[in-house]
Amino acid sequence: MCRIGAIKCQEAVPPSLALKLMLPQQEGHDNSGFALVMQDLEGAFSHYKDMPLLSLACTPEGLRLVNEHMAALGFVQLAQWTPDVDARPGLNMAAMPRYVFSNYDYPESFRLGVQKEREDLLLDTRLALRRLLEEHNAGYVYSFWPDVLTLKEIGDPADIAAYFRLWNDDGRLQARNIVAQCRQNTNYGIVRYAAHPFFLQGHTLCANGENTMFTRNREFQQSVHRGYTGFESDSQCLLYSLHYVLHELGWPLKYYKHVLTPLPAAEAAKREDGEVLGLIRESLAQLEINGPNAVIGLLPDGRLLAMCDAKKLRPLVVGSHDKMIAMTSEVCGLNAVMPERDREKDIYPSERELVVADNELKLQRWLQ
Amino acid sequence: MAPVKRYFPTAQALAVNDLPWLVRHEPERCVLCGACTASCTFGAIEAALPPAGASAAERELRPQKRRPIIVQKAEAAHACTGCGMCEKTCPTGAIRPVRNGDNRWAVLSRTAKGCAGEPARRGGRGGQNAVEKPPRERTLDAIVIGRISQMTDPALDSERHTFDLRAPLGRLLRPGELPLRVDGERLALAGETPPVRWIYPVIFSDMSIGALSTRAWEALALAVAYLNEECGLPVVMSSGEGGVPTRLLESERLRYFILQIASGHFGWNRIIESLPRMKAQPAAVLIKVGQGAKPGDGGLLPAAKVAPHIQAIRGVPGATLHSPPNHQGLYSIEEAVQKMHLSMNAAFGFRVPVAVKCAASATSVAVYNNLLRDPYHICGGFFLDGMLGGTGAAYAVSLEHTGHPVVSVVRDCYRAATAQGLQGRIPLWAGGGVGMHGDAAADAFKLVCLGADGVALGRLLLQLLGCVGNEHGRCNACNTGLCPLGICTQDERLVRRLDVDKGAQAVVDYMRAFDAELRKLLAPVGNSSLPVGRADALVATRKDVAERLGISYAC
Repeated sequence: MCRIGAIKCQEAVPPSLALKLMLPQQEGHDNSGFALVMQDLEGAFSHYKDMPLLSLACTPEGLRLVNEHMAALGFVQLAQWTPDVDARPGLNMAAMPRYVFSNYDYPESFRLGVQKEREDLLLDTRLALRRLLEEHNAGYVYSFWPDVLTLKEIGDPADIAAYFRLWNDDGRLQARNIVAQCRQNTNYGIVRYAAHPFFLQGHTLCANGENTMFTRNREFQQSVHRGYTGFESDSQCLLYSLHYVLHELGWPLKYYKHVLTPLPAAEAAKREDGEVLGLIRESLAQLEINGPNAVIGLLPDGRLLAMCDAKKLRPLVVGSHDKMIAMTSEVCGLNAVMPERDREKDIYPSERELVVADNELKLQRWLQ
Repeated sequence: MAPVKRYFPTAQALAVNDLPWLVRHEPERCVLCGACTASCTFGAIEAALPPAGASAAERELRPQKRRPIIVQKAEAAHACTGCGMCEKTCPTGAIRPVRNGDNRWAVLSRTAKGCAGEPARRGGRGGQNAVEKPPRERTLDAIVIGRISQMTDPALDSERHTFDLRAPLGRLLRPGELPLRVDGERLALAGETPPVRWIYPVIFSDMSIGALSTRAWEALALAVAYLNEECGLPVVMSSGEGGVPTRLLESERLRYFILQIASGHFGWNRIIESLPRMKAQPAAVLIKVGQGAKPGDGGLLPAAKVAPHIQAIRGVPGATLHSPPNHQGLYSIEEAVQKMHLSMNAAFGFRVPVAVKCAASATSVAVYNNLLRDPYHICGGFFLDGMLGGTGAAYAVSLEHTGHPVVSVVRDCYRAATAQGLQGRIPLWAGGGVGMHGDAAADAFKLVCLGADGVALGRLLLQLLGCVGNEHGRCNACNTGLCPLGICTQDERLVRRLDVDKGAQAVVDYMRAFDAELRKLLAPVGNSSLPVGRADALVATRKDVAERLGISYAC
C-alpha cells in the first residue's frame, strides 16, 4: 500500500513540509521511493511562472540529447537549476547522474499561439523527449509545463531528501501546492515512471491502491489520446481519466467521480439526472474503476481533490486550518504538519464523496 | 423345403444391432403394464409373444408359460433414440436403452427405408465432429479465472456486496458524441440518443414457437416474466423466427421480449398488425442472418411440426418450412445495415434497439468492423453464435461439419474494436455452447472477460425443461415432431407431458443459481460490475489457447 499526500498553502512552502507529512506514515513499509510534484512555484522559479519548466533526470548523454532536441524545436532556455546534491556515501537511493530543471521560452511561432496549441506542443515535446531518452537509455522526463516541477527517485525517502538537501529549506524550492508519494510501485516493476504522482498537461494525480480495471481502462485510453501512454503503473489510468473528463470532454469536475465510480444502476435510475448519469456510464464504461483506490489530484487551476473508490478500502483524510489544507493517507501525517488544526473538522471522504480544495483554501464536500 | 432366404436374410436386412441404441428388457422383472410402449414416441418397441418353446432351456424352465416380452423393432424409421422414456415410466426397472457401439447409423440414416437418398437430419447441438472422440475439453474448459484478489485488493463478499450485473443492448455513443451540454456545474441533456436497454447479461435465445411446443415456449416466457418481476433479474428472451402470440404482443410484458426477424419473416404479419395496439416496446428487434449450429443454412421446420396453430401464427401452409439461407435481396453488409435502419424507422420509430445475429465465422471480424464503422450508428448489438449451438432441426452434415467456435471470434471482435477505440460501442453477445456442461455462469464469466457483453442460452433451457438430449447422441430428435418430453413437438398428446409451471420453475431456479454463481466469480476478481474485456482476470491451462486469445498461460 502506498502513502500519498498533498499540501495546499496560502504561502509557498518547501518540500520538507511534504516530507514531514509523509515520513510518519512510513512505518512498516519498504521505503522504496519518494516523488513530488510542485505547482505554483516560488523561489528559484518565480521569475518564469508562465514559461514551461522541464523536469529531467538523466545521464550526461541524455542531457546533451535533450538540449539538442529542444534547440532544434526552437525552444529557448531561460533558466536552469541543478540541485546541489549531497552525494555522501551510505545513502539508500539510486541516483541518476543529472537532475535538471529548465525554464524555456516557447519557439517563436508559438509565442503568440493559442493555449490549446501550446498545450499540445508541450505534451508532444515531452513525449518526444521521453522516446528519445528511452531509445538511448539515457534518462527520464517527468513534466514539461509552466510552473510545475517534478522530482522522483528510487530509494529511502529520508535519504532521497538528504541527497537533494530538501531539509535545508534554503528558499529556492517552494510552492503553494505539493503532491507527494513515498513508497514505490509494488505491483509492477520498480521504475521511475511508475512512481506517483503522474502528470499530464497540468493535471497531477497520485493514487493509493490497485486498479482492478487496469486492462479495460488502458485499452480504451490507449486509443483515444496520444498522451495516454506508459502505463507502467495501473494508477496512471486514473490520471488519464481525469484528463479525459476535464480536458478532453470539458465536463465539470464532479463527473470525474461519476465516471470512475458510477452509482449502482438502480440508484441512478431513480435520480432526476438519472438519464444523464446513465448515458455517461454507457459511454464511458471502460473508464470505471472497481477499486480499491484512494485518489489525490491537483488540477491546472490549482484545485486539489480527494476521493475514494466505491469500496472505500484505502484510507484518506483531509485536514485544514486557515492557512493550509492537507490531504493524505493517514492522520499521523496531518498531526505532524498541522498539529494545531481542529481535528473535529478532519474529513474522511466517504465512497460517494468528492472533496475539493480551492485556491482560497475553501473545502467543498460534494456527494455523488 | 422352405426357401433358404427365410432363414438367411439378405445382407441389407436390418438387425437391431445396426441401430444406435439397443433396448434391454428383463422379462422376469416386467409386469406387463405397457407403460414403456405407450411412452415410446418413436415406436421403437412393441410387445410380442415369443415363439412357443423358443429355446430348450426355456421349455425346461417354464414348460407351460408363454409370456409377452418387449422387443425392439429392427427398423430405421423406428430406431431407438436412447431418450429413456421407457426406463422412466417402467415401474419395475425392467427396461432401458443401451448405447450401441457397433451401430451402422451413419450409413443407415441416409439409405434406409423412409429416408433413403436424403441427407441425415437431427436436432441438438452442432459442431460435434470438431470435438474429438472421446470429447476433448472445450476452449472455455481450458480457461480459469486466475487473477484472484488477495491482500492488496481484497476479494468482495459475494453474499453482501452490491453488484451491478447489467449488460447493454443497443448502440452506445462515444463520449464525444453524447448530446450533453455543460450547464454551470452540471451536464444537461441536449438531444436524442439511441435506445439502449440495460439487461441481465443472459438472453434466452431464439427458439421459435414451432421449433418448441407452445407449452415449452410458454414456460420460458413465464420464467422470463417471473425473473423480471419477482427476482430482479431483467432477463429478456428472443422470440425466434416463429411469431409471438397476439396476446403477448399487446401486453405490457412485450418489453421482456426480443422480436426476431429471420429470412422467412415468419410471424411478422401478426407483429406488424399488432403494432398499433402495442402497449410496450419490445426489448429489441433481432435480425437473424445466421445461426451457429447450421451456418449458411436457413431455418428448418419439418412438416411434422407445422400443426394448425403453427400455421396460424406463422401464416403458412402445413408443409416443411425452409427459411432461405439469406434475407431476400440482401447481398451485402451495407444492405443489412440499411435493412435495420428501415425496419427501425418503419416499425418502431427509433425507440427499439435493432441488433443482428450471425453465425460465428472466420469472417466475423470483418462483419463487426463494418457494423462499427457504419456511419449511421444504427446497429444495436452483434450476436455471435458458435458451432456448439443447438437447433431444432438441421442436416447432420451442417451440424457436424460447418461452423466456427465462438470463443476466439468474440475475442477477435473485441480486440478489433479495441484497436480502433470502438470497444463497447456495439455490444457483443456470444452464444453457442454456453452452459454445455451445465456451468453457464462460468462460461458466461469467461466470455465476458474475453470481450462479450453478455451471453445467449438456448439448449440449456430445454434441458432445464426436461430435455434429455446430449452431445453423445442421446435423443436429439427435435426434428421428428416426436419429442418424448413434449418440448419440441406440436403433437397435443405429447405436449401435455410438459408441465408449464414446473418447467418455468426449473428455469427460474437455475437463473437464481446462475446469478449467485456469477457473484461468486466476480467476488474473487474484486469487481462490482461486469469485467467486460478483462482478459487479465483469466489464465489458460493450454498454451495454444493462451496464445490464441492473448491471455496468460499457467501450469
